[in-house]
Amino acid sequence: MTLKTRLIPCLDVMNGRVVKGVQFVDLRDAGDPVQAAIAYDAAGADELTFLDIAASHEGRETIFDVVSRTAEHCFMPVTVGGGVRTIEDIRKLLLAGADKVAINSAAVSDPDFISRAADKFGNQCIVVSVDAKQRLDQQVGGDNRSEWEIFTHGGRRPSGLDAVEFAVRMVERGAGELLVTSMDRDGTKSGFDLGLTRSIADAVEVPVIASGGVGSLQDLVDGVKEGHASAVLAASVFHFGTFTIPQAKQYLRDHGVAVRMDGAA
Amino acid sequence: MSSVAIIDYGAGNLHSAAKAFERMAADVGEMDVLVTADPELVRKADRIMLPGVGAFADCKAGLDAVPGMVDVLEEKVIRGGTPFLGVCVGMQLMASEGREKAVTPGLGWIPGAVERIRPNDPSLKIPHMGWNNISVVKPHAVLEGIPDGPDGLHAYFVHSYHLVTEIADMRIATTDYGGTVTACVGRDNLFGAQFHPEKSQALGLKLIENFLRWTP
Repeated sequence: MTLKTRLIPCLDVMNGRVVKGVQFVDLRDAGDPVQAAIAYDAAGADELTFLDIAASHEGRETIFDVVSRTAEHCFMPVTVGGGVRTIEDIRKLLLAGADKVAINSAAVSDPDFISRAADKFGNQCIVVSVDAKQRLDQQVGGDNRSEWEIFTHGGRRPSGLDAVEFAVRMVERGAGELLVTSMDRDGTKSGFDLGLTRSIADAVEVPVIASGGVGSLQDLVDGVKEGHASAVLAASVFHFGTFTIPQAKQYLRDHGVAVRMDGAA
Repeated sequence: MSSVAIIDYGAGNLHSAAKAFERMAADVGEMDVLVTADPELVRKADRIMLPGVGAFADCKAGLDAVPGMVDVLEEKVIRGGTPFLGVCVGMQLMASEGREKAVTPGLGWIPGAVERIRPNDPSLKIPHMGWNNISVVKPHAVLEGIPDGPDGLHAYFVHSYHLVTEIADMRIATTDYGGTVTACVGRDNLFGAQFHPEKSQALGLKLIENFLRWTP
């Protein structure tokens, strides 16, 4: 008996609709995040992540309804990220039925927000998104910096913060989990940045979710075995039907990664 | 019509819990699911569920802050024999005391302390977060029909502390995380699950159904 590696499909949601669409068979409405969530649930996903990429306040409000309707059908853990900036944002998401919230820009601009959020709601529901890129200046070794730097605002804005140091500080502040995304790899299908994932996973006590760059099933295995991730997250390979959740789980299991197969009939 | 009260004291994923209970209550039939902070409504309930996420001391303080709630729980659960289900920190609160941050007295229903998990493998992460199997060490009606062991179903755990029972007989199920970790406790009409039944898909829904049918 052992804790299983989690496989987490991520749905990008804008104004209450899935962006990019999801290619599932028998899906009545491929743009409805709740329909997609139900399909992932039935397929045996271990958790779901909604990334809210709404640009406006009105668009932001729709995520509460999406989470609430998902909770009526899916009895599995749900994380919501994107635009989480205040204690009130977190409270509303948790009341709607989210189990965890992923915090990005607000964690960089106001680290104390993570302390306050963890004190209020418990470490277990505070996920900090560590969005990192390889350094442009490549000054490694002269100081104690790692090769990676934190970026915010969808990877457009460098923060000057060292990614590994930032991760360690966020855990000290109360983050219960870290979602580590390589902005270099995101969308490239060239695999996780394993050096980044491992550097952070080995530096902290809490679980790390590897994200950004999955193109093959072997990438998932590498994320666990070489990146030391406790969970692997992917979006497009599942959305576009490149692989199914059961295929990915079978591959992980065949390559020595313990996964939960309850959902596989 | 009978009713189950889910206690709202500001510490729990009440929406998810309510939805899972509503789903199974529909199968069991003739049962109201009530999310409430009103001790009078809890007094009228036929079953009681206490959720809880976060730190032990914060949850205990939250429960104590609802006027009359702890008294009604004592009256119903301890003196009245009403079936009771504690989940996660709601389960831990049944202990004599919690040792998270500071030592905090619990409800004292299950002798024992809530202590930090200390896996014998230092590479294991804390919190123990994710899907794990359970082993039933003492067969129990609330776990009936749930396949356990390495080939059994999985339960969703998120915790850094667990209830170490003083009386071995009150530990109903365990899980393995670099050592034995308490998964379920119980005695008489009391049952507690460290994992989240409302987030544990097939295993969790079955547990909730069993609880709703349970006549201790």
